[in-house]
Amino acid sequence: MSQAVLILGATSAIARATAAAFARQGYALYLASRDVDELRRIAADLQLRYGVEVRHGVFDAEATATHEAFFQSVVKAMPALHGMVLAFGFLGDQMAARDFKLGEKIIAANFTGAASILSHCANYFEPLKRGFIIGISSVAGDRGRQSNYVYGAAKGALSLYLQGLRNRLFASGVRVITIKPGFVDTAMTYGLPGLFLVASPQDIGARIVRSLDKPADVVYLPWFWRYIMLIIRHIPEPVFKRLKL
Amino acid sequence: MVTKVAPISGWGRYPVEPCELERPERYADLRPFEGGLIVRGQGRSYGDASLNENGRVLLTERVNRLLELDAEKGILRAEAGVTLAEALDVIVPKGWFLPVTPGTKFVSLGGCVAADVHGKNHHCDGSFGDHVLEMEMILADGRRMLCSPAEKPALFWATVGGMGLTGIIGEVALKLTPVQSGHMMVRHHSADNLEQLFQLLEDPATDDRYTVAWLDSLATGQHLGRGIAMFGHHASREELPSGMESSSKPKRSHSIPFDFPAFALNSLSIGAFNALYYSREGRKREPFLSGYDPYFYPLDAIGNWNRLYGKRGFMQYQCVIPGSAAFEGIKTVLEKLSGSRRPSFLAVLKRFGAQGKGLLSFPMAGYTLALDLPIRDEGLFDLLAELDKVVLKHGGRVYLAKDARLSAESFRAMYPRYNDWLKIKKAADPKNIFSSNLSRRLKIAEEAA
Repeated sequence: MSQAVLILGATSAIARATAAAFARQGYALYLASRDVDELRRIAADLQLRYGVEVRHGVFDAEATATHEAFFQSVVKAMPALHGMVLAFGFLGDQMAARDFKLGEKIIAANFTGAASILSHCANYFEPLKRGFIIGISSVAGDRGRQSNYVYGAAKGALSLYLQGLRNRLFASGVRVITIKPGFVDTAMTYGLPGLFLVASPQDIGARIVRSLDKPADVVYLPWFWRYIMLIIRHIPEPVFKRLKL
Repeated sequence: MVTKVAPISGWGRYPVEPCELERPERYADLRPFEGGLIVRGQGRSYGDASLNENGRVLLTERVNRLLELDAEKGILRAEAGVTLAEALDVIVPKGWFLPVTPGTKFVSLGGCVAADVHGKNHHCDGSFGDHVLEMEMILADGRRMLCSPAEKPALFWATVGGMGLTGIIGEVALKLTPVQSGHMMVRHHSADNLEQLFQLLEDPATDDRYTVAWLDSLATGQHLGRGIAMFGHHASREELPSGMESSSKPKRSHSIPFDFPAFALNSLSIGAFNALYYSREGRKREPFLSGYDPYFYPLDAIGNWNRLYGKRGFMQYQCVIPGSAAFEGIKTVLEKLSGSRRPSFLAVLKRFGAQGKGLLSFPMAGYTLALDLPIRDEGLFDLLAELDKVVLKHGGRVYLAKDARLSAESFRAMYPRYNDWLKIKKAADPKNIFSSNLSRRLKIAEEAA
């Protein structure tokens, strides 16, 4: 039986490309998101293109009470589950900083929901002493900026959570990788002004899968974002607070 | 949904218009837009068919999922944004091929339906629409509707060749052709003039499933219309040498990285190329094997080949002239072309089979000629208007998928089934929500109700 990968938030462009890159390597897939119609379409597509087993099921990141049962159903369907990719995320809009109701949803989708499902995954892989967890965070989580700090805070919290998880699971041989994509050409960014060096989802997807063969624990994609963020993180706060970012 | 304003063009890079681009990633987001829109797949029509100046253009490039392949019956169901290249990757290893393919595989299924594209096998297998079993459309009022030759046939045949003006094509079910290998068995015959070339293309003794002729567009006088007729069919297992893999692997492709200067393609360089090509390819009289990629898609091996024509772009003029008038008509077109001293880099002649049911479809029984002409000056437009007159006089028509300049009057004269089409368009889209630069140039649906 081929090893299986669970993709959470499977209908985004990055997730679809990542799933395709796994399928190309012969992995079976379990795709999960809220949108059943899209899941059905993407699953059929991946199955036809790559000839691997693809299953799908409904998953709602914000409905944390359902996560345990969801994860059990995945394990039942895919006994050879070997890894998971946490690809869901919700950008929200600018108003989230002023209206907590909007902000709360961003935090719930990007962090609370992620922490919930990650705990079930980690508890499953830890005693098996194998497997991997890839969390897709964001460069936005590296420093708070006035333009999207609610999203940034949620993603920053996710990065920290993954860091701690990596520390915990190291002893059991479970790989935990944090992916920090810069600008990617997806529905989330399409038509937004001021973007530069935009990467294709296919490129990002392929590199996410390749990160498993490399030693880095925190992966900026594409690579130059490591240096862009290195500079941004090192701007002294008295200067940074004056910038319009 | 967030949109992006950007200048876009068709493959000929003329005209270029600012459009408001919307690029959905979910099937449910394929929706009409109240303010008007046109759908664009891969943007491979040559002129203005996929443009909507200062208006909405719905891109289907990300709604491109293969949904189902019945490997027994050879039926592929997929979203309309899927390209022929993507379909081929999946179907050829399973022993199937596209029933009809144009000269590039980088086109979407939806575009193939909307332009009712044809291939080298039109005289045997008809056009693309003849092999569509069913499609799901999203209409102007947002309703989803299944249509097929049996279910809603009027809408179906108005959409086949309808240039995207009847609604959004969402999903397509296509009947495939069985093949025993990914290879083609090909023969070349050279002809010293147009008359010989016509004879070659008409001769049942030399005919094959796929036929097309390459023309030396610069040859004049008694050599006018000299060229090479190329015949081919899918190679059977017995025709493959033993040990040869039955699938054919595409070669690595190259890309044109910048716009060539306008003078790069001139009478001298094209003349030299043509002479070389004629003597080299004309010698291949013995049947030889070719992968399906170089056979059907020679230009796909050169990415962005449209940049060869320089910044100002080019026009492809493709016309068909029916029946017994074809020889005279094509000859006159070629004479006018060589008299104009405007070299055509590519000139292709092909015999068509009977006209299909698509009300605005291009093919009709006769001969079709396609010419690639760089845009250097306004004189080209005058020349092409003159060619329109020749085509009209001989009862022919011009291919809308290649066109950027035909007049509304000539269009109506060339497409006599337009009025039947218009009734269906008005019933399906009474507010003319689906409109493009092409439809406005041709004053389509602007008639008083």
